[in-house]
Amino acid sequence: MWNYEKKLQYPVRITTPNAKAAQIIITQFGGPDGELAASMRYLSQRYTMPYKDVVGTLTDIGTEELAHMEMVSAIVYQLTKDLTPQQIADSGLATYFVDHTTGLWPCAASGMPFTSVCFASKGDAITDLTEDMAAEQKARTTYDNILRMIKDPEIRDPIKYLREREIVHFQRFGEALRKVQDNLNSKNFYAINPEFDRKRPR
Amino acid sequence: MLRKVQAASFAIDDVKLFLDSHPDNAEALCYFEKYKLLKKQLTKQYEQQFGPLTVEGVDTASGTWTWTKEPWPWYVED
Repeated sequence: MWNYEKKLQYPVRITTPNAKAAQIIITQFGGPDGELAASMRYLSQRYTMPYKDVVGTLTDIGTEELAHMEMVSAIVYQLTKDLTPQQIADSGLATYFVDHTTGLWPCAASGMPFTSVCFASKGDAITDLTEDMAAEQKARTTYDNILRMIKDPEIRDPIKYLREREIVHFQRFGEALRKVQDNLNSKNFYAINPEFDRKRPR
Repeated sequence: MLRKVQAASFAIDDVKLFLDSHPDNAEALCYFEKYKLLKKQLTKQYEQQFGPLTVEGVDTASGTWTWTKEPWPWYVED
């Protein structure tokens, strides 16, 4: 089970509201490569993952993604909390505001609602870990795109931190994938699903 | 043994919710303190015998990272 710690993983302190930035950054809350999808992807995959240490990687990264979701939410909150109705009406955030005011609701920058369609839990260790590596790179690209558009250093600082964590997670999933592949019979490489075809190889 | 840790933990989970909405209830505060202590003691005992329940419960004296060595909670016994 989980316990909550009353602190952000890395500090977020944004003093200038910015509707445009909020509308872009919310995609890392509920968008296709956002932190909510990341957490749900890893925490869903771990039950049938056949190696205990790889389950550890999925559990610990899946948990850290919840902390990242909290950071992204804190960023969006701070970017929107002092906006005037006129500033909102004049920005792209107007279409979000009409339905959610400044409440946090997981969606993509385009307004597409959060959906589990954007991640896979395939029940195959190689498939899932390859998906996870791609997911970390997709999130890194998204943070890169955010950094291309945002100039405020107070916003950039936590975004840069989150971007770096994607790179660390990619490395760790790469090691997990290698571990799974090392455990496969070389003659059956890719031909069997280590999660389903083998009985408890843990 | 795990059942005892779970029971003490659940007592805290439950009274926590009550205290969130009744922060000055002396009886509930006392109950919270009692189970906080019990959970701490039981967790320590359990971890010494069976391995870590949290990352910070890992004992590195063995020279290896034991966090992922014991079965995950959804495994059924072989």
